[in-house]
Amino acid sequence: MTTTSNQQDDANGHAAENPATAVQATDHVQSQSAEKPILQAVIQPAPLKQKVAVRDLNFYYGDSLALKSISLSLYAHKATAFIGPSGCGKSTLLRVLNRMYDLYPNQRAEGEVILDGVNILRPEQDLNLLRARVGMVFQKPTPFPMSIHDNVAFGIKLYQKLPKAELRDRVEAALIQAALWGEVKDKLNASGLSLSGGQQQRLCIARTVALQPEVILLDEPCSALDPISTAKIEETIDELKENYTIAIVTHNMQQAARVSEYAVFMYLGELIEFGVTAQIFTSPEKKQTQNYITGRFG
Amino acid sequence: MAIYDTRRRRSKFYIGLCYACVATGLGWLALILGTLLFEGFRGLSPAVFTQMTPPPGSEGGLKNAIVGSLIMTFLGVAIGTPLGMLAGTYMAEYGRHSKLTLVVRFINDILLSAPSIVIGLFIYEVMVVKMGHFSALAGSVALAVIVVPVVVRTTEDMLLLVPDTLREAARALGLPRSIVIGKVAYRAARAGLITGVLLAIARISGETAPLLFTSLNNQFFSTNLNAPMASLPAVIFQFALSPYKEWQQLAWTGALLITLAVLVLSVAARMLQVGRPGK
Repeated sequence: MTTTSNQQDDANGHAAENPATAVQATDHVQSQSAEKPILQAVIQPAPLKQKVAVRDLNFYYGDSLALKSISLSLYAHKATAFIGPSGCGKSTLLRVLNRMYDLYPNQRAEGEVILDGVNILRPEQDLNLLRARVGMVFQKPTPFPMSIHDNVAFGIKLYQKLPKAELRDRVEAALIQAALWGEVKDKLNASGLSLSGGQQQRLCIARTVALQPEVILLDEPCSALDPISTAKIEETIDELKENYTIAIVTHNMQQAARVSEYAVFMYLGELIEFGVTAQIFTSPEKKQTQNYITGRFG
Repeated sequence: MAIYDTRRRRSKFYIGLCYACVATGLGWLALILGTLLFEGFRGLSPAVFTQMTPPPGSEGGLKNAIVGSLIMTFLGVAIGTPLGMLAGTYMAEYGRHSKLTLVVRFINDILLSAPSIVIGLFIYEVMVVKMGHFSALAGSVALAVIVVPVVVRTTEDMLLLVPDTLREAARALGLPRSIVIGKVAYRAARAGLITGVLLAIARISGETAPLLFTSLNNQFFSTNLNAPMASLPAVIFQFALSPYKEWQQLAWTGALLITLAVLVLSVAARMLQVGRPGK
């Protein structure tokens, strides 16, 4: 029992840094334990570790304020879904987490984004190393104009010099993780562009996973895909949670409910509600959240 | 119904006009090509490729001119392509929002339509006069000056066709900018970039004016870059104006060779265009 209490302390300790989330986080752990009282001593819930903490984040496109004082946490090995109407800032928030916005002049962020205790918004942060740790998958599939194998190997080769066989193993492992291996194992030298939309998107996931990042950001990864491909990607996300921390932006409520443990509802650049997904979808605290998830606004 | 009938008659009339215009345009082209093929093939023989340009009144070939053209075209492209590619890359990748890009694009467009004889005179002033003699090198540089704006233009256009989402995806993997450009953007735009170079080659392989004051001409075979060199356009210019039958015949044959070369390059460029980015 000592370990359990330690873990509880750990969760509280982390969550206490952010009072708004403390309640949710503890609730989650306790409700899980309450459901399985007998198993508690044998199978303990995984310790809830805060991987990314966003604090008082403001974001500007030129002069216009797009994110207003956002604070939230992403927990390790959990998926956090970002929902809200178009233009509410959820994609913008995602693009802050790997500093993608830095590619464009006159976009800037204020506040802190803390990844494993280090503020990644500080100017001296090495962006390429950050992006290798925080991977991103975009709305539209973007395979590179090269073979399937090279698409995945490309990023690896940049950071590690591996013998050919080992590289092939890494590529295979990534493709397996992205649930694409079975479909492409016989045509690794075919162009990545020859795949279907859903396969291309899984190729992009494989490409991201191949770098063995710690956090994976998914920006509406299924919005351009049919339901079957979507289901496959969701399965993939489910498996990825074992190794990675996931943040996913989605317009699809059911998808958010299916894949995530935590959910963030945003509206007009503000964080309206952040909590355990099940609770957000069944008994949200805020009226706006309630209206949005029941489709009465947006 | 009267209005409808009038409209139909008018439509037929204008469609007829369109066909007539197309026929006129293609007709002249067919006549030019026909004459060229007829006159050119008459003089086509192995001797054209193996013998030098002859003195007036005797038989000969175009070997020195063909080799000269190949050398100067190659050098012109070799000098002009890297310059144009790098400038175009700057404009499409690094300086997309900068004023310098606007200025460069404007000046490049002027250069693109500059009369080539002006470029010839310019190189004459800065190279031939300074060096004290005509040279193949000056000719090559003059051709390079014509290549640069063509390649700048196509490089910028083709790189801008590469979707930004692809660049973002590459940057999101932590790839530095140089690698994103070199390994992803160039690769995505490859067909277009090659097309640009092919079109530039096609453009300069028939240029006469910039060579007249720079590489001049040479009756003999020479690969010395520091001396005058023969070229097909210059030889055609000289031979076509001459009163000698043999020279006139060689001029026709030379023109045929250039036309065929340009035709092959254009068709190749066209075929590559099919595989452009975004398709």
